[in-house]
Amino acid sequence: MAMVQCTKVSKTYRQDTVAIKALNGVSLSITKGEFVAIAGPSGSGKTTLLNIIGGLDSADSGRVVVDGNVLTTMRQSELAQLRLHKVGFVFQAYNLIPVLSAQENVEFVMLLQGVPSPERRERARTILDDVGLRGMYDRRPAELSGGQQQRVAVARSIVSDPSIVLADEPTANLDSKTGASLLEIMKEMNEKKQVTFIFSTHDKMVMDYARRLIYLRDGRIVEDKVRKG
Amino acid sequence: MFLQLGWRNIWRNRRRTLVILTAVVIGVWSMILLGALMRGIADQFVSNGIATLTGHIQAHHTGYRDDPVIENSITDPSRLEAVLTTCLPPGALWAPRVRVNAVASNARHSTGVTMVGIDPPQEAAISFIKGAVIEGRYLKPDDPYGILVGKALVKKFETKLGRKLVLMSQDTEGEIASRAFRIIGIYRAEMEVTERQFVFVTLPAAQQMLNLPHGISEVAILLAEHGQAKQVADTLQAELPAAEYAVNTWQELLPMVSAIMKIYDWFIFIWFLVVFIAMGFGIVNTTLMAVFERIKEFGLLKALGMKPWWIVKGVLIESFCLLVLGMAIGNAAGFVSVLALSGTGIDLSALAAGMEYWGMSRVIYPHILGTDVMMANLVVFILGLVVSLYPAVKAGRFTPVEALAHT
Repeated sequence: MAMVQCTKVSKTYRQDTVAIKALNGVSLSITKGEFVAIAGPSGSGKTTLLNIIGGLDSADSGRVVVDGNVLTTMRQSELAQLRLHKVGFVFQAYNLIPVLSAQENVEFVMLLQGVPSPERRERARTILDDVGLRGMYDRRPAELSGGQQQRVAVARSIVSDPSIVLADEPTANLDSKTGASLLEIMKEMNEKKQVTFIFSTHDKMVMDYARRLIYLRDGRIVEDKVRKG
Repeated sequence: MFLQLGWRNIWRNRRRTLVILTAVVIGVWSMILLGALMRGIADQFVSNGIATLTGHIQAHHTGYRDDPVIENSITDPSRLEAVLTTCLPPGALWAPRVRVNAVASNARHSTGVTMVGIDPPQEAAISFIKGAVIEGRYLKPDDPYGILVGKALVKKFETKLGRKLVLMSQDTEGEIASRAFRIIGIYRAEMEVTERQFVFVTLPAAQQMLNLPHGISEVAILLAEHGQAKQVADTLQAELPAAEYAVNTWQELLPMVSAIMKIYDWFIFIWFLVVFIAMGFGIVNTTLMAVFERIKEFGLLKALGMKPWWIVKGVLIESFCLLVLGMAIGNAAGFVSVLALSGTGIDLSALAAGMEYWGMSRVIYPHILGTDVMMANLVVFILGLVVSLYPAVKAGRFTPVEALAHT
């Protein structure tokens, strides 16, 4: 069964009188445990597609199903619930809560889910250890490097055992070494927890890491290839 | 963690938080201090009224209050005295008086006064007069010609201790009665008008002069607690024939004071609202700025799965932290200020002439009332949260995609 199923998804943005077609009849299917990169030039519709799969934005037409949930018919509160329990996000700009420590940032999603405090603490520390941030639990984002902040973001996205993690250009603000190390971590998580990862990127290194590469141009899929081995 | 998050968020912009915190502190402080001063003024209205000669309760002949003439005296107070002895609660004190309008004169001056015939030991226990004597001495029960006069009257009459003062009034026969007294004591009252108005002689002296053997004009009663007045007055009235005796509480005897007390309640409430409105704009402005600075962050929170209501709650918790901290400091500052002023009071003697008209004292002692403090805090807390709802709801309405794209 597909973890993500998009059927003829279209989305048009209007800027004053100009209509910009961000997605134009995109159809794709991603199964559980895949490690997928959505690539393409700026404005090709990568972020829009990720936002629609994550329930942050809605499609104008078409059908989107995530882990059995038909997003196109869900209300905002149901989408919030879906994001909370089934989707993890990693953003280009890390987007950590600046007043919370690394551990508290990771705990935050579990707090919203109603996980008891001792369990939150234990799970947050374990996942921070997994992403190589042992001993940095109490550091606030401002006290961490960009790479470390993005590791916290990855830890936050995965700690609540989501069905999919959507990462919007996660390495764009990182140097190649740090980016590679982050991708290793995400790949490890993907293999260890069988979580589906979907990236948007135009970074060649990220594309090389992906087992499947979907190439978008002008809102359409122009290439969808699975790497062997 | 929500509380922790709220608390940390308010300190993200330390200067702005300190500014609005100062506004809340000053607002709460002024509410408590000025509320306490207004209560102090109101209390002194009542205390002055009660201590000057009113007491908590008075009993008169039925017609006396409408027409306070000698004919409306209680000619045989024995029944009244018996009821007082049996019906008054523990701690209550009472004193009989003859009280008539009279003309006081000496060689140079004459003026209208109120002659009050008192039982010196009983009166000393219930009114201000014994403690108010500043020159000479207080009356003794066997002072047939001794008189206590106010300092202002002494000045007006250009007289002094030991000099004569003649009182004239109408006696029970309708004849003009007069008696020469010697000034044995000068008193100082809270208000100058009292000093000019009242002269005190012994009860037997007044009864002899007015040909009113055993008769009295009134009995004044001082209770252990203000609040007992109505209940005790009703009990006494029930025991006394309504055709002959009228028993009244201080609220009925001093209607202006009662009215002012009610007006004060409203003044204090309006004052609280005015302070809050000024403060409220500051709170809305600060919270709005804090929300608009963090649009992207609210987008993130929504993306993580926070429902709009949780975001509203988060912003309200920030206001809660700010309000509670401001209220705590404001309350502490208010209590300290009241404590500092409670010993010395605020001396308004420069304004005393004008204030006396309103029955105010020369020195105002603040008095904190629990209900006022509670109301001030409730006004700040509840209305503070209500005005924060606007920015909070605004934060809850950001759509995640737009908010995350915000720079």
